[in-house]
Amino acid sequence: MTPAAPELEWRGIRKILGGRTVLDGLDLSLAAGRSLVILGGSGQGKSVALKLALGLMRPDAGTVLFRGRSLPGLFNRRQSDLYRQSGVLFQGSALFDSLRIWEVVSFRLLHADNRPRARAREAAIEALAQVQLGPEVADLFPSELSGGMQKRVGLARAIIGAPRILFFDEPTTGLDPVTAASISRLIADQVTRLGCTAVTITHDLVSARTIADDIALLDGGRIAWQGGRADLDTVTDHRVRSMVEASLPTR
Amino acid sequence: MQQVALAPFTVVGRLVIGVCTIVGALSLFVGRTLLACFTPRWHGGQIARQVVSIGFLSLPVVGLTAIFTGAALALNIYTGGGRFNAEQIVPQIVALGITRELAPVLVALMLSGRVATTIAAEIGAMRATEQIDAMRTLSTDPFRFLVAPRVLAGVATLPVLTGVADILGIGGGWLVSSLSLGFNPEAYARSTVAFLEAWDIQSGLIKAAAFGFIVTAMGAFHGYRATGGARGVGHAATQAMVWSGVLIFATDYLMTSWFTQT
Repeated sequence: MTPAAPELEWRGIRKILGGRTVLDGLDLSLAAGRSLVILGGSGQGKSVALKLALGLMRPDAGTVLFRGRSLPGLFNRRQSDLYRQSGVLFQGSALFDSLRIWEVVSFRLLHADNRPRARAREAAIEALAQVQLGPEVADLFPSELSGGMQKRVGLARAIIGAPRILFFDEPTTGLDPVTAASISRLIADQVTRLGCTAVTITHDLVSARTIADDIALLDGGRIAWQGGRADLDTVTDHRVRSMVEASLPTR
Repeated sequence: MQQVALAPFTVVGRLVIGVCTIVGALSLFVGRTLLACFTPRWHGGQIARQVVSIGFLSLPVVGLTAIFTGAALALNIYTGGGRFNAEQIVPQIVALGITRELAPVLVALMLSGRVATTIAAEIGAMRATEQIDAMRTLSTDPFRFLVAPRVLAGVATLPVLTGVADILGIGGGWLVSSLSLGFNPEAYARSTVAFLEAWDIQSGLIKAAAFGFIVTAMGAFHGYRATGGARGVGHAATQAMVWSGVLIFATDYLMTSWFTQT
């Protein structure tokens, strides 16, 4: 029996931006139902790896495979398949600021699935409840919410169609530690509830410990270390070790 | 030494590559825009919203511009006509100048300041905050949701605004001629109506539709290409206004020369 193809795979990816090689032979794969966290410092190409996986950028070399098949250009049927089965939480939440919160959350239902507005609103309020936001938020605009609430709305938008794969781009950046911990917890809960595959990129090791099944360290444009969440406490790789130590509370 | 000798070729080469890049990008953008405009799916709510924003909300600025332009035109023609005892030609020249040239061009220029910059800033800010990427991942084509509604609204509303400007511009000329130049109001109106041909108005409206495309497409094009945060958004807004202004004048010349030959 042949083993199942990984849900998502970066194979030999090379990407040059502004004359700088950001990714240089990135090889990484993710099995269905697992939660992978890609760690790395600033400028190591984490966001680029995520955008390549989403088809928002094209690699200069290599290929990204979704269920064993390479991702072609945007708005191709296979690309649409990925989008219809995925949810994305962007770093700055990327909420549509001219729309009300319920319209932001149900955007896909309204504009891609042609769902009637009343039913889309109901679905949005249900999704908001999943991220612990009440129905009173539904008619506000994004600018009326705090950063933490905006992240929750972004998460509600990502999970509304019960996606099979979720992408999280620096989900805790810019949040205070308490809010960051609650967002990480919410992400872990939703990934477990939906039973979906998840890819998170972050430099926040505390968040990674909450969200991850598997962890990969991106350094110098390629994967420098890979292991399970439990391996973090026994890791000998000096780059991961320094991140672990930096994340510990100081006395 | 060799580098110095090759420097002119380097400059010319960079210039050619730069021009080709921008022409290629613009061609692809216009192609995708036209495809989104003429094939389903159309976002009716977005189109209606843009018709209000581009058309209805531009009425005050368009109206005031037209009235003052018509009035100033009447004064200038009266002065110029007086040099060879032809003051009575004011109604005809005001009507011709407004309908064929000034209304479509001035409406388009006012909208390049009010609309092209707004579109560039809106779409540029959405680009900078990853909202356009988010839209793609939500299975929605940004060209259909953001660009096509603005372009369709621009092409539909600029002729209407130009029609309004025709009436108000001629009205401005009539007002100043009646109040301060000693024209009989009824005779002025009769001269205008008797002189104007349908093509005078139609040619202006056709120009306006073309300018509507230019204004909205330039706003969207520069907004879509915006990079570098707030500075990039500001640059995109400026570029949108400059490019649409230049293209309006160039297109006006080409269309006028074509209309006068046929």
